[in-house]
Amino acid sequence: MTKFLPLSKAVADNLNNGDTVAFEGFTHLIPTAAAHEAIRQGFKDLTLVRMTPDLIYDQMIGMGMARKAIFSYAGNPGVGLLRRLRDAVENGFPHALEIEEHSHAAMANAYEAGAAGLPCAIFRGYRGAELARVNPNIKSVTCPFTGEVLAAVPSVRPDVTFIHAQKANKRGDVLVEGIIGIQKEAALAARRAVVTVEEVVDNFDDLHPNLTVLPNWSVTAISVVPGGAHPSYAHGYYIRDNASYLEWDEIAADRDRFREWMQKNVIEKTADDFSARVEHLRNVA
Amino acid sequence: MSELGFTPNEMMTIAASRALKGDDVCFVGIGAPSAACNVARLTHAPEITLIYESGTIGTAPDVLPLSIGDGELCDTAITTVSVPEMFRYWLQGGRISIGFLGAAQLDKFGNINTTVIGDYAHPKTRLPGGGGAPEIATSSQEIYITMAQSKRGMVDKIDFYTSFGHGDGGDHRQRLGIDTKGPTLLITDLAIWKPDPATKEFTVVSLHPGVTREKVQETCGWTVKFADKLEETPEPTQLELQTLRDLKARTDAAHKGEAVSAKRGSKDG
Repeated sequence: MTKFLPLSKAVADNLNNGDTVAFEGFTHLIPTAAAHEAIRQGFKDLTLVRMTPDLIYDQMIGMGMARKAIFSYAGNPGVGLLRRLRDAVENGFPHALEIEEHSHAAMANAYEAGAAGLPCAIFRGYRGAELARVNPNIKSVTCPFTGEVLAAVPSVRPDVTFIHAQKANKRGDVLVEGIIGIQKEAALAARRAVVTVEEVVDNFDDLHPNLTVLPNWSVTAISVVPGGAHPSYAHGYYIRDNASYLEWDEIAADRDRFREWMQKNVIEKTADDFSARVEHLRNVA
Repeated sequence: MSELGFTPNEMMTIAASRALKGDDVCFVGIGAPSAACNVARLTHAPEITLIYESGTIGTAPDVLPLSIGDGELCDTAITTVSVPEMFRYWLQGGRISIGFLGAAQLDKFGNINTTVIGDYAHPKTRLPGGGGAPEIATSSQEIYITMAQSKRGMVDKIDFYTSFGHGDGGDHRQRLGIDTKGPTLLITDLAIWKPDPATKEFTVVSLHPGVTREKVQETCGWTVKFADKLEETPEPTQLELQTLRDLKARTDAAHKGEAVSAKRGSKDG
């Protein structure tokens, strides 16, 4: 049975130094508020897992919280590169970062295998691709029925996954709709799953019966954080703040400007500040 | 080029859009491929199925998405599936006819690098990486590539094989057990290229209006081969140009956060 907790407590109770953690969201429903809370609490030595480690992992890496990143696309989607991640990989700043790099297909399969309780994922991939040379976790298996050689990667089993979702009902069942991404697999692959939501409603009685729902007993904790995905978006609530993604490219390009921005917009703020950030994005959602 | 009434980039996008057909199921990369695919949809191929890796199938965005997961893509899609389903059932399952990719670095056999410039462990420039491209490149029935020409981008030897094209050329794909066609078309801002049937080396088959062989060679890092019978790409029609420019204007306004006046789910054309 899940618990409704303030975000600061949900993060403190479920994240530890040295954990393997996924803050997932495939462009949509990125758990920015949860990531910022983790930054404020100053965790260290994290292994960060995410298909598309965008702004929030750029921020966590820039703040020196990550020992390792497991990912498949280290870009600012639609804008360009992740400059804090680049600084860590190219220059070891603020410290060296170990990377384990995959393709999207591999990561998606690895989360699904994690949710399915399997030790590895098998798929038709990496054919001719050089990642297989530089990542020792990319191996192959031969199909015992056809003889086809297939790619194999270890499943992803985070200690804890954080996701953002549109809403929970009072029992703590969780609904995700729109671009559903990898949210369900990432939550079910993890030992603990923490969900931030836009709102809590009485029940889901009037909803389509197939809407993606995580039953309350599969979720460790829920925190209500309106606007908690900003500058990502919540389908039906507010749109993506594309201008912020473009702006991030400049902020992250400079080490000092980055630190100032983090101090002002993350360290000195709380989860309650997210709601105001999406006000101007709500009327067009 | 201004006396032609269109830019090389506009010619590239429009030439790329013409390669797409209404019955294609196209896995769309962001950037130049996305513009080309949507111009095709808004002009001669309204029935084309556009798929973005965020899981949106049959999407018809009113503005070009900044990312592969903008809400616009989901709002206008026939359906939206999870990312594992996208890659397993739809891509790996063999249901994509065209994978449309861009490239940071490309070689003459259509191999693509979007991972690093320099050594992988100690890169000079760390690029975003492959994302969906390594499997798009091998599981789509064929691959179209579009990019603006430059000596930095079109190189004799790429620094990293992110996405496999024709490898060392010839039957390299078959030797690796890859039964899809791989890159069959390259559209740049200067020319249309197709692989030689035997060697698989990209060969210029059509020059865009006003472009010379010398100009193509000056902006390409390998020695360019030209087809015996070299054609000239028909210049953009008024409809193609207007469609592309309107799409870009709407997109720029939307990405700068200006008021989005267009109704969700509306179509132009």
